[in-house]
Amino acid sequence: MEKLTRRSFLGVAGAAALTLAACDGGTPADGGDQPDDGAEGDGAEAAAKVIMVTDTGGVNDQSFNELSWAGMQQLGTDLGWDVSYLESKQDADYMTNLDKAVDAGAQLIWGVGFAMGAAVNEAALANPDVQFAIIDSTNDNGAPNLTGVTFKQEECSFAVGYVAARMTTSGKVGFVGGIDSEIMQSFEQGYYAGIEYANKEQGLSVTYQGQWAESFGDAAKGKAIAQSQIADGCDVLYHAAGGTGTGMIEACAEAGVWAIGVDQDQSHLAPETVITSALKRVDQAIYQISPQLIDGSLAGGSNIVLGAAEDAVGIAPTHDLLPDEVYQGALAVIDKIKAGEITVPKNADELATYKAGL
Amino acid sequence: MLNDAILLVGITLMYSTPLVFGALGGVISERSGVVNIGIEGMMVIGAISAASASYFTQNPWIAFLVAGLCGAAVAALHALASVTFSANQTVSGVAINLLAPGIALFACRSFFDGAAMTPIVPKLPKIFGDNAFAGTIWANLNLNVTTVIALALALALWFVLYKTKWGLRVRAVGEHPAAADTLGIDVYRTRFICVLISGMFAGFGGASMTTAIISQFTQTAISGHGFIAMAAVIFGKWTPQGAYGACLLFGCTQALVVLLGGGNIVVPSQILAMLPYFMTIIVLVLFVGRSVAPKADGVPYIKGSR
Repeated sequence: MEKLTRRSFLGVAGAAALTLAACDGGTPADGGDQPDDGAEGDGAEAAAKVIMVTDTGGVNDQSFNELSWAGMQQLGTDLGWDVSYLESKQDADYMTNLDKAVDAGAQLIWGVGFAMGAAVNEAALANPDVQFAIIDSTNDNGAPNLTGVTFKQEECSFAVGYVAARMTTSGKVGFVGGIDSEIMQSFEQGYYAGIEYANKEQGLSVTYQGQWAESFGDAAKGKAIAQSQIADGCDVLYHAAGGTGTGMIEACAEAGVWAIGVDQDQSHLAPETVITSALKRVDQAIYQISPQLIDGSLAGGSNIVLGAAEDAVGIAPTHDLLPDEVYQGALAVIDKIKAGEITVPKNADELATYKAGL
Repeated sequence: MLNDAILLVGITLMYSTPLVFGALGGVISERSGVVNIGIEGMMVIGAISAASASYFTQNPWIAFLVAGLCGAAVAALHALASVTFSANQTVSGVAINLLAPGIALFACRSFFDGAAMTPIVPKLPKIFGDNAFAGTIWANLNLNVTTVIALALALALWFVLYKTKWGLRVRAVGEHPAAADTLGIDVYRTRFICVLISGMFAGFGGASMTTAIISQFTQTAISGHGFIAMAAVIFGKWTPQGAYGACLLFGCTQALVVLLGGGNIVVPSQILAMLPYFMTIIVLVLFVGRSVAPKADGVPYIKGSR
């Protein structure tokens, strides 16, 4: 399977020109494609060509890129689309790969990851005939052919906060953040709100603390912050800190306390330690949004925020370490968010209001 | 209070360990007159080779040694270019820093079905056993065995540099290679060996990250540690003991950042993030003073040139 995808990648990268020629068939190449054609029918000619460009993690990064590619492959199987990917080895490759994807005649190009935001914005301005979309970043200059897709991370954080509050025995839980920003705070505040919700629902009095590492790549610092929180009595820790969080999970495993993963199911990092993970369903985002962009029902030029209502955030399916009632409770919480019964706060002010209203 | 003190010591030592290895590597290379900017790259190579070797042999000790060998292998490139062929040492080091992350990613993908990070691998033990003091505050003093190895290497390097004949030769080669040469010391060989040892130490540093602090290789596992280590070399006046102290200082400031930012005393994290640099400047101005590099540091030796 892995071998196969790599081979198909080589096919794309190595023979991009051939692919282009084969795809365009009879139509004389005049630069852009015809994005509207997709709506016409199910015929072979209507198969949309979609290319995703990975960030430096590569397509098997066990994170966003891998999951994005899963969504792309699903498009390939279910709709018979021509899907492929280009891997970026370094930041400088983003622009080149986006250009390559344009040259290969893609109707829709996905950029994966916050790091590619600037490059995709630039590429969208330079290629107005091609639809672009970016995962985890936004359309910053109002280009009419670029869709920014972000996630309501406060909603999945809320669900894992609920789990944390119900799993702690010490009554203290912790949070390790990457670099403090508005987006990152939505993880933190959503998590706290979930704890408050569980406190109310279960009659608990769980307290929480959080700290920013001011880095996404400093595992030692993540470990240090976690050790400090564990020494302070916390026995469930959640992170939204990328590589810094690796250190947090390690500290939890060493100390024998629970950890909660982020973005993807991280239980493989420490199967005895990671009780659940806050999920962003990047694959769902790609699978749902691509057809709308191709058939024109979604015009592009907008920023889309996907949440529990779209099944785009949730908690990891792995729940071996959770008592059934806690897992079911968390699923029920997600259902309530879906139904609009809970509006999850995403900053400190909203959290205060939310707390007062509980 | 006791809690905080123990935590401070524990975090300081944990954080500084990879830096110490890197800095000791920098010291031995620069004392022989070869600037080694490539420490970062060699640490990256050490990190990936340790994680891979630990995964495939299931023995982290073998992995630790493999990391040292792989670090030395990369250093051999640096030595070949900058010692044997008298190339610009900075350029060669930078090349290694650019090359290493690519090699690491390539190796990782080849070994682990295209994944950009390794699975969880067996890691080196703690000094008092893995579960000693579990659940108590003392667990934070149950350090990685690499912390002790780093201290031992620092002492050993001090002894070798200042108490042995070979150490005197190394320093002579770094100060005045022409004079050393006229006395029959093989400048090229001495420098070559020092650069190899430098790479080995840096490789150990990478291993101390991926098989002790965490237990897998990720692309961010080594991110800037080599450069901080180089700063520690200068800060510590090119001596093993000075570099060790400098690394402890960097570790200690990070520990302070962590302690001041959590719990009850909450200082804005952005202010705290400045603390290590601020403290570094203060210590530099007040206590360290002028730092003089070995005289021939960075200058390729060409036999017979004046």
